[in-house]
Amino acid sequence: MAEDIKLMKGNEAIAHAAIRYGCDGYFGYPITPQSEIMETLMEVAPWETTGMVVLQAESEVAAINMVYGGAGCGKAVMTSSSSPGVSLKQEGISYLAGAELPALIVNVMRGGPGLGTIQPSQADYFQTVKGGGHGDYKLIALAPSSVQEMADFVKLGFDLAFKYNNPAIILADGIVGQMMEKVVLPEQQPRRTEEEVRKQCPWASLGKTSERKRNVITSLELDSAAMERNNIRFQAKYREIEENEVRYEEINCDGADYLLIAFGSSARICQKTIEIAAQEGVKLGLLRPITLWPFPTKEIKHRGNFVKGILVMELNAGQMVEDVRLAIEGAVPVEHYGRLGGIVPDPSEVWDAMKQKLNINICNKQIHNVPELETISEESMQEVISNLNKMTP
Amino acid sequence: MKQEIIIAGFGGQGVLSMGKILAYSGLMEGKEVSWMPSYGPEQRGGTANVTVILSDERISSPVLNDYDVVIVLNQPSMDKFESKVKPGGVLIYDGYGIHNPSKRTDIDIFRVDATDAATEMKNSKAFNMIVLGGLLKVRPMVEHENVIAGLKKSLPERHHKLIPMNEMAIQKGMEIIQKI
Repeated sequence: MAEDIKLMKGNEAIAHAAIRYGCDGYFGYPITPQSEIMETLMEVAPWETTGMVVLQAESEVAAINMVYGGAGCGKAVMTSSSSPGVSLKQEGISYLAGAELPALIVNVMRGGPGLGTIQPSQADYFQTVKGGGHGDYKLIALAPSSVQEMADFVKLGFDLAFKYNNPAIILADGIVGQMMEKVVLPEQQPRRTEEEVRKQCPWASLGKTSERKRNVITSLELDSAAMERNNIRFQAKYREIEENEVRYEEINCDGADYLLIAFGSSARICQKTIEIAAQEGVKLGLLRPITLWPFPTKEIKHRGNFVKGILVMELNAGQMVEDVRLAIEGAVPVEHYGRLGGIVPDPSEVWDAMKQKLNINICNKQIHNVPELETISEESMQEVISNLNKMTP
Repeated sequence: MKQEIIIAGFGGQGVLSMGKILAYSGLMEGKEVSWMPSYGPEQRGGTANVTVILSDERISSPVLNDYDVVIVLNQPSMDKFESKVKPGGVLIYDGYGIHNPSKRTDIDIFRVDATDAATEMKNSKAFNMIVLGGLLKVRPMVEHENVIAGLKKSLPERHHKLIPMNEMAIQKGMEIIQKI
C-alpha cells in the first residue's frame, strides 16, 4: 500500500487539500454537517507551516465579507458552511461575483428549508446555479461525489476562480462530507509570494504603485450605462465558461435503454441502481454532471437521442430535473425521483421508482386492455396509443 | 469480493469507532473501503449506526438496501436491521441488549456476549473490540495483522499503549462468539 493513500472524511479532505493548494486564508463559522473542515484546519494549524490564515468569524456574514476582503487583495481565500449558513452568505457571494473576485465557497448541504435538519440534502441546487443572491451572476459550481473529488475540487475550484475572476462553489452534501473513503491528497504547493500575486492579479488592491492608477474593488456602479457594460462583460465571460468548462461523467451509457441523471452522492446511489437493474435485465446508464453550472446541456441532449426515458434522482423535490427537461426539449420522457428533508433513498427504491414512473415493464408480458375495434372511441384510442408507446420492445 | 456491513447500537457503545477500525483494516489490506456514519445528535445516547464496505473493486453506493453482515447491539437496532440481512448473510448480536432475537432461518445468526465479557475484563471500553473479534471469527474478512495495523492507524499515538488490551479483547470475542 502506498504511504500517501489516506482514509478520511470528505470534510477533512477539503481542509487538507486547501492547505496543500497553498490557500491563503479560510474564514468560516461552524455548522453541521461540515464543521470538520474548520476543525481539521485548526488541528493541523497551517499558520505555523504555510502561513495560511484560519479564522473562526463571528458569523457567516462576517466570514464571506472577510473572503471578499482577502480576494480583493488577490489572495486565494475560501469559506465553507452548510445550507442555512450559505443562505446568510448570499449577499457577499453576489458582491464577489459583481466585483469579479476569485474565491472558493463550500456548501455541504443539509435538509431545509429554514434550519431544517442536519441530514444530507441536495435542495440548494437552485440557490447555487440560478442565483441565490441578487443580480445576473453565475457561480462555477462543482459537485463532488467522492472523498477524492472533495480533495481534487479544491484545486479545480481555485484554478477556475482565478482563470475567470469569478467565485466558484463546491456543492457537496452531508453524505460526501461525512463519509470516509480512500483519498490521495495533492502535493503541497507553496503559497504564492506577494510578487506572484501582483503579477497574477494586476487588479488586486495591494497598494498603489507609481506605474499604475489605483485599483478599486467594488460592485457598485451608479452609472446605468456603465453598469450595463459591466453586465455585458460578465455575460460574455459566462458564455466563455459555458463553452470551455463543462465537466461530466458517463457510466454505462453506451447502449443503455434508460438513463439516470444525478449529481453528487445521488450519483453514487444510482451506480448501485444500475447494478440492481442489470440483474433484472435492463441496461441503465448514468450521466453525472460534475459542473452544475456550466451545465452539460449538449451532452444530455445528445444522450437523450439513444434512450427511451430519463430519471433524474436528486435529494430534493425536483430542481436539476428542470435543466434536464430544458436540455431534452421533450424528446423523451424525463421523470424525477427524490426524497426530502434529509431522507436518503436506497438504490433499489430508486429502481422501483424508475420502473413505475417510466413504465419499465420487466417481464414484457403485460397485456394492455385493448377495447373492441367497433366500440373504440377517440379517447380510448389515444389511451391505447399512449400505452403502446410506453411498452418496451 | 465485497463485504457490506452495518453496525448499529446506542451512541457511546463504540459503534462508529469499531467501523473505523474495520475500515482502516481494509485500507491496510489494500481494499477499497467506505465508512458512512449516521451523524449528529444520534452520536450521543440515541441510536447510531455505520455502514462499512470492504471491496476489491470500486465501491458504488455508500448507502445500501441490504447487508452481508448486520451487527446489532440493542433491540431497536435489531428491530430495524434484522430484515436487512441478505439471505445467506450473517446477523451478530450482543446477548445483553436483546430480549427479542431474530427468528429468521435463511441467515446465520451468532450471539456474542460482549457486554458480559467486557464487565469480566473490567473494561467497558473493550466492548466494541470484543464484538469485532466475534465478527472476524465468523467472517475473516481482513488478516489479523492488518487489524492491528488498522488499530495503530486509527488510534492517536498517545493511545497506542492500549493496543495490547484491544488485541486481547479481539481474541476474547473470537472465543466467545456462538452460533444460534
